[in-house]
Formats: sequence, structure tokens, C-alpha cells
Amino acid sequence: MDKFRIIFQFLQSNQESFMNGICGIMALVSAQMYSAFDFNCPCLPRYNLVYGLGILLVPPFILFLLGFVLNNNVSVLSEEWRRPRGQRGKDPAVLRYMFCSMAQRATVAPVVWLSVTLLDGKCITCAFCTAVPVEALGNASRPGLSPGEMERVLARIPCKDIYDGQELIANELAVRYLRCISQALGWCFVLLMTTLAFLVRSLRPCFTQAAFLKSRYWSHYIDIERKLFDETCAEHARSFAKVCIQQFFEGMSTDLAAARCHSPRKAPADAGEAAEKLLGITDQGTMNTALKSWHRCKPPLHLHPPALPSSNGWAGEKQSPTPPPVPRKEMAAYYSRV
Amino acid sequence: MDRFRMIFQYFQSNSESVMNGICGLLALASVKIYTSFDFSCPCLPQYNMAYGLGVMFVPPIALFLCGLIFNRQSLVMLEEWRRPQGHRRKDLAVIRYMCSSIMQRAMLAPVVWIVVTLLDGKCLICALSGSVDPEKFVGFANTSTVQMQQLLAKVPCKDDELMRNNTSRKAVSRYLRCWSQALGWSILLILIVAVFLARWLSPCFNQATILQARHWSNYIDIEQKIFEETCCEHSRLFAHKCILHFFESMQREVKLHSFSLPRKGERAEGEEDLLQGIADQDQVNKLLKMWYYEKPPLDI
Repeated sequence: MDKFRIIFQFLQSNQESFMNGICGIMALVSAQMYSAFDFNCPCLPRYNLVYGLGILLVPPFILFLLGFVLNNNVSVLSEEWRRPRGQRGKDPAVLRYMFCSMAQRATVAPVVWLSVTLLDGKCITCAFCTAVPVEALGNASRPGLSPGEMERVLARIPCKDIYDGQELIANELAVRYLRCISQALGWCFVLLMTTLAFLVRSLRPCFTQAAFLKSRYWSHYIDIERKLFDETCAEHARSFAKVCIQQFFEGMSTDLAAARCHSPRKAPADAGEAAEKLLGITDQGTMNTALKSWHRCKPPLHLHPPALPSSNGWAGEKQSPTPPPVPRKEMAAYYSRV
Repeated sequence: MDRFRMIFQYFQSNSESVMNGICGLLALASVKIYTSFDFSCPCLPQYNMAYGLGVMFVPPIALFLCGLIFNRQSLVMLEEWRRPQGHRRKDLAVIRYMCSSIMQRAMLAPVVWIVVTLLDGKCLICALSGSVDPEKFVGFANTSTVQMQQLLAKVPCKDDELMRNNTSRKAVSRYLRCWSQALGWSILLILIVAVFLARWLSPCFNQATILQARHWSNYIDIEQKIFEETCCEHSRLFAHKCILHFFESMQREVKLHSFSLPRKGERAEGEEDLLQGIADQDQVNKLLKMWYYEKPPLDI
């Protein structure tokens, strides 16, 4: 129990920094993903917009959902939300606090993706190259170009090697213009997000500090309680399994002794712990039978009281309220065949 | 308890160095962001100034706000400022001290950005290329106003077809870069002298007040950390007791319904305790169902 307690204390005192670490790693992953991604603008009139905006908006949505998935507290929150009321009241403030803190951490990676995308400029250049103001920047008076033709020519701006509208508007000029707009949008977005984060963080102590302390305590409590319950159940399961298996081996050895008409072998007094651990199974045949029996016919999940001193190991069974274990009888029949 | 004491001692001795570390990391991050940022001046008369000055001043504001957000002490200071008086007096000198130390640390990354920008020169060349006096440069002296504005606006773009081999462009570019770097070095020098003077002369003024303010600001910080740690420890113990009570009540129910004698025997005492009298698949299922449908009240 001590070991678990120390680990839980460490996790709890560092839970916030653990979550912040995951959040930072996801932000780095999103920046890395963007730089590894091979952006290929299609350079066709309607496809450009879809492709550019798709690359701009779809990955952040995926990263946002991934942020929720990777957060351990999602299941805690949904469990607390859906549980029946029972003897314990539900506090909506606690649920709100948990949801807000998870949402805040999940928005970091999408914001990083959007900022990096806008500051790089390729997406906006691809998406809006057909919207470049040719009258202001180029020679719109060039004859013989219908609007559809002009759109087709402008759509090729991001693809320098196939661009054929140099007389209409210089490629570098258009790209510089679009990138300037994109970077301006990017920096404004970054500034807006940091201002929002700053306001959210600094307005809280000014208005709702007491409620915040309460919600934080109870959300930590719910998390710890769940972990401790899981840990207690695991320990219980360990003890349950240990006793169940012990009883299985005891049952085996008494059954075998009964089948062979031998009295149960008593280990000599000075053999010590090793003899006890052998559980009465001391030869290859018996061990193989025990293993086969474990596979074919696992014992029921019911721990009967310890055996009374008689050769029949099932005398104590009468005391239990559950039905007698039918599988044991099959096992005995198997031995009689042997 | 020993482990907690060690952690608290660590925090106490290193709270300042943790904050200095964060501040340094943010400064390095600002240099890295600048070098990886692909600066591309639009080279258009109306847009140059906005772009150049925007890139020079908007990221420092964002970096300053980031410096405030990542600094734990800013929250502590705000809480101390806004708390009701209660039984504890509020000392404005402590709040002022905390505020000034937070601001100083948050100013480092923006200053680094501005200095790096100026020393590199691209921003100022982009922003001010349209505002140079064309008479100084041979290539621009004889053109009409509008055309001259357009030409000057294209100075930051080396690869533009009009500007590719223009020596006057290089002259304007060098001129502006010289001014930019001079400005950058001057700002750096002034700041370092100011910091130097502040550190050297501060012991001459109000040293006792500063020592007091620093002690109490450290105290408030540590008190809050210890409060959070104690709350965590308390909630862990609370949960532990709550779960034990729950298992005990389940054990009582099982004993009530099974009419069996209390089991004592060859099983070790420890195992019996751990099993809590729940030794059956149905009993375990019932316990888990009860845990979900009817969590015990928060009242031990």
C-alpha cells in the first residue's frame, strides 16, 4: 500500500504538470506535423479554396479531439456526469471546472497549427489566389481575358513553374501580397489568443476565487477516489485469485489422494516452506493433470471456507449459500478413467 | 512527511530560479521564432509600413502576455491583491514588489525580440524604405513622385525584376540597415546600463523594505503551494477512508444475507482483511454495481 501511496502522491502533486507536459508535446507534434507535411496546391480554380481551407481547418479539429482523447480525465468527467445521484449530490460547478480545464488544454495544439499555417502563408496563398486585386496590383486591362480565363490564370499563382500570367500580374508580387495578408492574420490571431488566455487566467482570481478553490478540490477528490478504488479492487482481485488458486491446488491434491487411496502426504516437519509450497503435487504426472485441469475446467469464482481436517476436501461446501460446484465432479470422473 | 519536506525545501530555494529559467526559455523561444519566421516584405507602398512595424511590435506584445501567463507568481499576486482583508492585513509594498519582479521577467522576451529585429534590419528596411529622402540616392532622384514611391517600396525585395541589379537599391538598403543596427545596439546599451545601475544602486535605497517585501512575497508563494499540497493529501485520505467505509458496509450486508459463521482458518489474517469478506463473483459484481449506482455520501 505504501508504494502505491507514494506513487499516487507523486502523480497527484504533479498531475497538473503531467497534463501540461502532454499539452506541450502535442503542440510540438502539431508544429512538426506541419513542417513534415508536403503541401501541394492543386492550382485549379475551385479546388484551391477547398484544399487550402481544408488544410487550414481540418487538422486543428482533429488535434482538438485528440487532445480530449489523450486526456485521462475525460472518462472521469463523463462518469461523474452520468452516474445516478444515489446518496451523493452532484455539483455542476465541479463538472464545469473539469470540462473547462480539459478544453483549455485541448485547444493549445489546434491554435499552434493555425498560427504556424497562417504565418507560413502557403494555405492562404493557395486558397485565395483567385481573389488577388488585379486592378490595383497588375494590368487588369490586358485584353482577351474572360473572367473564367482570368480565374484559371490566377489559380496557377502558387505553382510557379506553370504560371502563365506574368503580363497580367507578376507572380512574385501576388505571392508577396498574399503572404503578407496571411502573416498579418497569423500575428493578429496569435495576439488574440494570448490576450484571451491572459484574460481567462487573470480574471479568475478577481471574481470567483472561492468557488474555484472548491471546484478544484472536489475535482481532484473525484479523480483520486477513482484511482484508489481501482487500486483497492486490484488488490482485492489479487487476494481473491491467490485464495482461489490455492483452493484449486488443495482440491487437486486431496482429490488425487482420494483417487489413489493414499492418505494425504504430510511433509516431514523439517522440510520447511518449500514442501508447503509444493501443495501436495510432487510428480510430473500430477502436475500435468493439474495444468490440464486448470485449462479445461477453471474453478468457480467462489471462495469456500478453508477445509475441515478430513480427506474429503468438500465438507465445508455445505456451509456456503451458493450451489455446489458441479465442475469438480467432472474432474473426479476424469481421474477415475485414468 | 520527509518526502514532502524535501520537496518544499526544493521549491523554497529554487522558486526564483524556476522563474528565471522560464524567462530564459521564453527569450530563447523568441529568437528561435524570429529565425524560423519567413519575413517577406510586401513591397507595396501602403502595406510596407504596416507590415514592418507590425512584425516588430505585435509579437513582443504576445510574448509579454505569454511571460505573464507562464509565470505562476502573477496568479499569486492577483489573489493576494483581490483577497478580502479578513484577519490578515494586506501589505501594498509586497504586492508592488511582486508586480515589479513579474514585469521585469516578462519584459525580457519582448526586448530580445525587438533587439534581434533591429540588429537584423529587415523590418526597418521594409517599414521605412518608402520614407527615405530620395535626393540622397542617385537612382531615385529623377523620377516622378508616384513612381518614386513605388520604386522605393520595392527596395526590400532583392529579387524583384526592377530591382535586381539596381545599385541605388543596395545603397538605400545599406543606409536603412545601418540605422537599424545603430538603433538596436543603442537600445541594448541603454538597457544594460539601466539594469546595471538599478542593481548597483538599489542597496542604497530602502534596502530594509526590499528585504521585507521579498521575504513576504516568498512566504505567500510557499504558503499557497503548501496549501495545495495539503489539500491533495487531505483528499487522498478522505477518499481512502470513504472507500474503506464502503467496503465495510458491503461486508456487513454480505454477512447479513449469508447467515454463515464468521470464517476463521488457515488463511492468513492479511488475506482475510484484504478480501473484506467479499469472496464470491456475485458479491464482487454487486459491490461494483453499488459503487456506480449509489456512491457513498461524502461524510465519514
